[in-house]
Amino acid sequence: MASLDDLKKRISSVKSTQKITKAMKMVAAAKLKRAQESAERGRPYSQKMNNVILNLSNGISDKENAPKLMSGTGKDKTHLCVVLTSDRGLCGGFNANIIKKAKSFFRKLDKEDKELKIITVGSKGNDQLKRLYGDKIIENISFKNSKNANYFDAEKVGKIIIEKFEKNEFDFCTIFYNQFKNVITQIPQAQQIIPLNTDIDEENKSEETYEFEPDEDEILNNLLPKNISTQIFKAMLENSASEQGARMSAMDNATRNAGEMVDKLTIEYNRSRQAAITKELIEIISGAESL
Amino acid sequence: MGEEFNLEIINPDKSFLNKKDVTEVVVPALEGEMGILKDHISIISFLKPGIIKVYSKSGEAQYYIEDGILEFKNNNLSVLTSSIINVKDLEKSKIQELMKLAEEDVGKSDLNDQSRYLVDQKIEVLKSIN
Repeated sequence: MASLDDLKKRISSVKSTQKITKAMKMVAAAKLKRAQESAERGRPYSQKMNNVILNLSNGISDKENAPKLMSGTGKDKTHLCVVLTSDRGLCGGFNANIIKKAKSFFRKLDKEDKELKIITVGSKGNDQLKRLYGDKIIENISFKNSKNANYFDAEKVGKIIIEKFEKNEFDFCTIFYNQFKNVITQIPQAQQIIPLNTDIDEENKSEETYEFEPDEDEILNNLLPKNISTQIFKAMLENSASEQGARMSAMDNATRNAGEMVDKLTIEYNRSRQAAITKELIEIISGAESL
Repeated sequence: MGEEFNLEIINPDKSFLNKKDVTEVVVPALEGEMGILKDHISIISFLKPGIIKVYSKSGEAQYYIEDGILEFKNNNLSVLTSSIINVKDLEKSKIQELMKLAEEDVGKSDLNDQSRYLVDQKIEVLKSIN
């Protein structure tokens, strides 16, 4: 059995860990609120953008000559996967969930004999993927210095992707991120952004015919690269809200566990203290009796 | 009454402006300035760098934009843009800064005709408000 001193030390160390997790939880809660707000504020933009593009793709006259970003290259060989993760750890299953989703996709591609290229955004994803897929990672982007997800960063990622697409380095592009549902649930998502998915659900279909200025093709050519940045920005916003949510619940759990541990250790400490006292008493009494 | 429509200007990270009493909006469309009044036909258009002028019951406002998409439908005008600044808040130093960025872009050799046109536009607009 551990000595009294050891127990005392352990209790105090668990207590200070608990203080840290508690503080982290509170910081995450404050950040979550902001991240959640900006995720919600960012939704109209990407939705509108999507709507406009859907309307445009409906109106496009010549599907054969549609921009490649929309119709694809016609091949299905190389897949580019953009895995968006966080730069910091201690956020529960947040990163692990994205990686799991991505890995199962990679395995599927492998079975179908397709070539795989990976871009990781966020250092945690890179850390976890480089062991197995190190040779596949062609780029690692990290925005450690940006405090919040901002459009400027998203545009940078978008530009890299488009550049590579124009050089015919890949045919398909899929992004992986966590969609924020609520504090305890974040759903890992795989979203294909190149070629664009233009299947319209019936309810969103508008009968409205638009006038276009300049013509459809030109607008589309301008709009599609923007849309990629927008989609990535949306993913980044969702991701940052999810990250804070995941961290908050993880830290909440950790604080609770630490509390339980402190309770258990305290009981053990009290017991052994009592045992020591009893032992001493017995020694004194039996000493007195033998006289 | 009856001459107003809704205007919404949306940034990637927030809704920048939402007005319900707009009577006329003049936007710098790619092929020239375009005025939009109530009951305009549904239109999707691309914007070049320029000034958006908003006339409403409560007054007039001007915004500088660098890019954007415009959609008008059922008397709802939405402008999607990643760069918008109220001209009133544009200080001289900010204009200079934007100008410098634009001039750097002009110097790039790999510019295609369209982006060159857009950058030239940008410089012109900045000069005009400077």
